[in-house]
Amino acid sequence: MATEQVEVTDFLQRHKPFSDLAAPELSHVASGVEIAYYKAGSPILTFGQDNTHWFVIRSGAVEVFRRDGELYNRLGEGNFFGELALMRNRPVRFPVVALEDTLVYLIDADTFNNLFDNDEQFADFVEVEDRSRLRESSPDKKDNNALLTVKVEKLIEQLPLILPPHTSVQDAALRMTEEGVSSLLISNEYLNDDTSSDDEPVIGIVTDVDIRSRLVANGLDLSTPVTDIMTTQLTIVQSNQYVFEAMMLMLKHKVTHLPVLRKSKPIGLISHQDILRYESQNSLFVVKSIFNAQNVDELAALKDEVQTCFSRMVDEDANSQMIGSAMAVIGRSFKQRLLELAEEEFGPPPIPYCFLALGSMARDEQLIVTDQDNALVLDNRFEPKLHDAYFNDLANFVCDGLDRCGYTYCKGGIMATNKKWRQPLKIWEQYFTQWIDNPTPETLLHSAIFFDLDGVWGKKVWADALNRLIRKKAFKNSRFLACMARNALLRTPPLGFFKDFVMETDGRQTNSINMKRRGTAPIADLIRVHALSVGAEGRNSFSRLNGVIDAKILPPGRGVDLRDALEFIAMVRIRHQAFDLEMKRVPDNDIEPEYLSDFERKNLRDAFQILSDAQKYMKYRYQPGRHL
Amino acid sequence: MFYLDKKALQDTPNNKPVGKGVNWTGEFAKRHKQAKYPALKQYYAHGTISADTPIAETPLVALDFETTGLNPKTDSIVSIGLVAMTVKRIRCQEAQHWIIKPDTELKTKSVVIHGITHSDVADAPSFNRVLDELLQHLQGKVVVAHHKDIEVRFLNSALKHYIGEEIVFPCIDTMALEARFSRTIKRTFLRSLLGQKTPSIRLTDCRSRYRLPYYRQHNALTDALACAELLQAQVATHYPDDTSPISAIWC
Repeated sequence: MATEQVEVTDFLQRHKPFSDLAAPELSHVASGVEIAYYKAGSPILTFGQDNTHWFVIRSGAVEVFRRDGELYNRLGEGNFFGELALMRNRPVRFPVVALEDTLVYLIDADTFNNLFDNDEQFADFVEVEDRSRLRESSPDKKDNNALLTVKVEKLIEQLPLILPPHTSVQDAALRMTEEGVSSLLISNEYLNDDTSSDDEPVIGIVTDVDIRSRLVANGLDLSTPVTDIMTTQLTIVQSNQYVFEAMMLMLKHKVTHLPVLRKSKPIGLISHQDILRYESQNSLFVVKSIFNAQNVDELAALKDEVQTCFSRMVDEDANSQMIGSAMAVIGRSFKQRLLELAEEEFGPPPIPYCFLALGSMARDEQLIVTDQDNALVLDNRFEPKLHDAYFNDLANFVCDGLDRCGYTYCKGGIMATNKKWRQPLKIWEQYFTQWIDNPTPETLLHSAIFFDLDGVWGKKVWADALNRLIRKKAFKNSRFLACMARNALLRTPPLGFFKDFVMETDGRQTNSINMKRRGTAPIADLIRVHALSVGAEGRNSFSRLNGVIDAKILPPGRGVDLRDALEFIAMVRIRHQAFDLEMKRVPDNDIEPEYLSDFERKNLRDAFQILSDAQKYMKYRYQPGRHL
Repeated sequence: MFYLDKKALQDTPNNKPVGKGVNWTGEFAKRHKQAKYPALKQYYAHGTISADTPIAETPLVALDFETTGLNPKTDSIVSIGLVAMTVKRIRCQEAQHWIIKPDTELKTKSVVIHGITHSDVADAPSFNRVLDELLQHLQGKVVVAHHKDIEVRFLNSALKHYIGEEIVFPCIDTMALEARFSRTIKRTFLRSLLGQKTPSIRLTDCRSRYRLPYYRQHNALTDALACAELLQAQVATHYPDDTSPISAIWC
């Protein structure tokens, strides 16, 4: 006999993963619940004990610890624990202590295992420790294409113009002109919301072309009813079909307009121009506009298009590599066009040069919030008195232009306008050699920025030469790598989230987290150290990581985990920026936990954990004096 | 059934004939001999735990009634909720909820409170139809209620009506316990100096004192659960030692 407790059911229903359960399952779970109360400070699960239940926190909060006593997680209302011991049928590994007075609902092992085995969604949500979940949450969509992933309804901008059958062509033409549309639908159910009739919702379509070819060309009277010139045998697309399918329908049936239906109601009309226009907002289109810009004003005016392109890629579920490289291509194009314009303005350069992109742009990991990091490599024949005025002007032109295009000046002064970063190749070689041979705290920071370098204009072979120099000198250089590793440990991820706060490893709580400083940057730093140690080519963190994985210096599986962690953290950061843009706010990297879904919180927590473990491993691997 | 106003609370006589200091084992043996109604005889036959049983090991059952009004002589039970528990675990699997066709008229005033309507009770069983099963749920366990006099008096009134006998059992009253705990707070000089009022011992207020979540009131089953959780919290707070005997809190 089981009688359902409504309060228990109601509570579970409000929280994932129970909210996804069908009513009978939920009811079964709720009626079998056991309840226990724990005073603040009292142990709930102890290390090594057998666990027979899954714990769901009804009220209060608990802390989960590692065996060595280090805080692992803090959980609040609606969170759960104890599933690991149940899933693996092993004794408890992570002790749990009540942080506040806590009431927990307990679900017995059989019920839990039943749900876990039979409900995919439930299992996915619960499987906190299995890193494959993180992998699934950030799938590689390499063959992603806007037309393949965007639904037709995205293209609809206004309701279709629908007229009754007896309308004259002249009246129809007037209405089309008023509404600024090139086509209209004819419906028997004009202005009739009652869909009970069996009639087709739309009986015909009339386009500009029909008026020209069927009315004017045939010399028909203006009062001819639209039904006489309309196209019947309509090709129709459903609102939830893909743009790709709509395009195929147009090609197959040789039509230029498609009525869009949702639940057999016409909700819009799309034309082949709508599809073309949609396609044209992609990064290639932006790049083309950049090279067509005739002056800095025109370039600066493209700022909005860059943001639109960014938002659209996020909408289309592009992955972080696609977005990062598209944004980097755009950034590079701005630089190249600005340099072209600068050379038009100041004349051809007196000696050859190479303009360098540094940091995230060089790594193809640029996002929408970014400052400019750049430098100039000059020919070794460089004579300051003779040449520097030119390159100073050139650098100022480009950096000022970039600032106007949305790439703010680098606060650390890492720009070609800074004389120190406008030097002949031989000086750059000296810089890099010195930084690697005799690292200081200052030069280590430089290394972290300059060692991600890419030539964007001019003598790009010099950039390649510098990259080779770095790879050669840093390879297996244990002293330098130990210093770089120590530097890469300065920025650590937080522990996770608790209620609407970010939890730090020492138990402190803050309101927001900078996803770049605490997430993507430390991972990029870490990957750079490993990449340098094995001489891996490539500047993108993902391709560097592949080289690191191939070199087999990481414990098995850790490299893949790290890749998933980077992808997930980067995507949270990207989606946050896209959301800011959508809300007409200035995008930033600071994320407030209250805006994160439970799913994102859990996955982020996993990702932070992976990063934290990877940092520990890096610290161990690059201990000073350890043979690599 | 926790909607008593202040006056009703004061007017209700507390510990009646049997109560603290009763030798429950002896009492049950005696009543077993006297009882005539089979299910009641069976109930007593099952006996009760000894007074020195640790609280942590005592089998309990939280019980709550919704009634047509406050007077056991003129009002009657419309629903019964109960859930088996210990102070460590409440077992929702072993819960029961009955709607009862009341022996007296269902008053509009009470319908507003418990939400059980005339049509709800029309096809419901009368009290005697659930009595045997109710006694089975209670047997061998110590009853837990918030303001136990309501449950004890209405139960006895109904038993008297249907079988002409009454029942006694050991009981834990979470309201009386809370009053006891808060009295020790109340009497401090500082509190009186600050003009602080006696803490409320209503169920919802007691629960929030232990940071238990808010539950909607006046469903007998939810109220029984609410009372069960309150006892867990009270014992965890005031009797954290697992060896405290049940005699410290029952009456």
